Amino acid sequence: MTALVDEALLRTLTPTVIGILGRRRADFAAAEDAVQEALVEAVRVWPDNPPRDPKGWLVTVAWRKFLDAARADSSRRNRELRADEEPEPGPSEAADDTLQLYFLCTHPSLTPASAVALTLRAVGGLTTRQIAQAYLVPEATMGQRITRAKKTVAGVRLNQAGDVGTVLRVLYLVFNEGYSGDVDLAAEAIRLTRQLAARIDHEEVSGLLALMLLHHARRPARISRDGRLVPLAEQDRGQWDTGLIAEGVDILQAALARDRLGEFQAQAAIAALHADAQAAEETDWVQIVEWYDELVRLTDSPVARLNRAVAVGEADGPRAGLAALAELDPALPRHTAASAYLHERDGDPATAARLYAEAAAAAPNLAERDHLTRQAARLNSRLRE
Amino acid sequence: MAKYLLLKHYRGAPAAGNDVPMDQWTPEEVTAHVQYQRDFAAKLQSTGEFVDSQALSQEGTWVSSGGEGRPPVTDGPFAETKDLIAGWVIIDVESHERAVELAGELSAAPGAGGKPVQEWLEVRPFYGECPAITE
Repeated sequence: MTALVDEALLRTLTPTVIGILGRRRADFAAAEDAVQEALVEAVRVWPDNPPRDPKGWLVTVAWRKFLDAARADSSRRNRELRADEEPEPGPSEAADDTLQLYFLCTHPSLTPASAVALTLRAVGGLTTRQIAQAYLVPEATMGQRITRAKKTVAGVRLNQAGDVGTVLRVLYLVFNEGYSGDVDLAAEAIRLTRQLAARIDHEEVSGLLALMLLHHARRPARISRDGRLVPLAEQDRGQWDTGLIAEGVDILQAALARDRLGEFQAQAAIAALHADAQAAEETDWVQIVEWYDELVRLTDSPVARLNRAVAVGEADGPRAGLAALAELDPALPRHTAASAYLHERDGDPATAARLYAEAAAAAPNLAERDHLTRQAARLNSRLRE
Repeated sequence: MAKYLLLKHYRGAPAAGNDVPMDQWTPEEVTAHVQYQRDFAAKLQSTGEFVDSQALSQEGTWVSSGGEGRPPVTDGPFAETKDLIAGWVIIDVESHERAVELAGELSAAPGAGGKPVQEWLEVRPFYGECPAITE
């Protein structure tokens, strides 16, 4: 039965309907519950009796569910009276409720993990089960996480604009979660960022969208068929999605033309330079170093400095890269791996092998550990010959 | 969020602060200990940090390949000297600090005389998914 209902449409309409209820003074948690019930009803009724105006239908049913819930709860008597005074739901307004939901879901009182879960649920329209699967935790656990997040933002009206930067960071977190189960979180993040970009005119929203598209374009080449991590230089560039790259570059160029640089635009510019090279050795490392300089200036992030050191190693030789690396805290993630790589390029395989093994022991994920272990093994077997 | 394994050992961990073998506790003390751990798991469920918890039996067997065409090698039915895992809790938390904090709380489960056992728990991070952004 589910297959007969346009799930994508439901997911798109969910935040709008929550927003409309919110404007009629339903608080966020109550609005969300009412909309979930209306969605269940839609899945039941629509296959036999499709509505002419799906959005109007959902608003009407969700509003009725909300009133039912308010009536059932005697402690909410006052709210019910207030709610009854509201006008009957008519044709839905075109006001931008989805956008308000983005800002609500990234309310500063939420932890990043809660903000991500709530955004996926309320803006993305994913079910609790889907979000739980994507994060590999039990459904009950994710349900609690979302419930707590909803309690945290309870009483917050949907008319409080938040910080675009926070919304972008949350979307970037979703993108970096990768995918598992039946939800591809990277694709979901791109879908949400596209929605945001269509609604607000902001150069960093474009920057983030471009960055996601450029990275997503390379995903098929990033992991080999047997599950191994393939470094950028060894990727089969024929597997890159040229359509996504072209779109990302267009969006980035339009954003850069506005001359208000931000960190996502700078990162996207670096990704674009990689995407632009037909072969690894054709990469314009000099220009990439310049963009890293911008990125360091904008963020002062140690990770950006580390990446810059590696880029310097490509542009000016491994000695220059090692010198840049020496100025950074050795405890930085991937510092040892970068050092191993630069030592190998500098013709010191013994040191490189030792550092690769050390980096493998501290790797943050399995694919990276296996990759670094393989590098150490490769050098060690060469040294024995 | 990151997942951590809180590992409880039968053997192989440093001695607990309140180091009395469980078979010498009173039944009430055992009940209180078990209840504490159940409450701990329930609390983590309500905070959205619970993933899984399991207790393991004492009987374990080391197994290794015996080479092609041969049966696997085991160390026999009786575990004598090896590290023994008693059970685990898997949590999904914001930070390593939070994982350590929760392990400390779990280690304070009441034991003999109603005093905290203060057993040593091992906190091991899971490997995550490979993030999309590595270059």
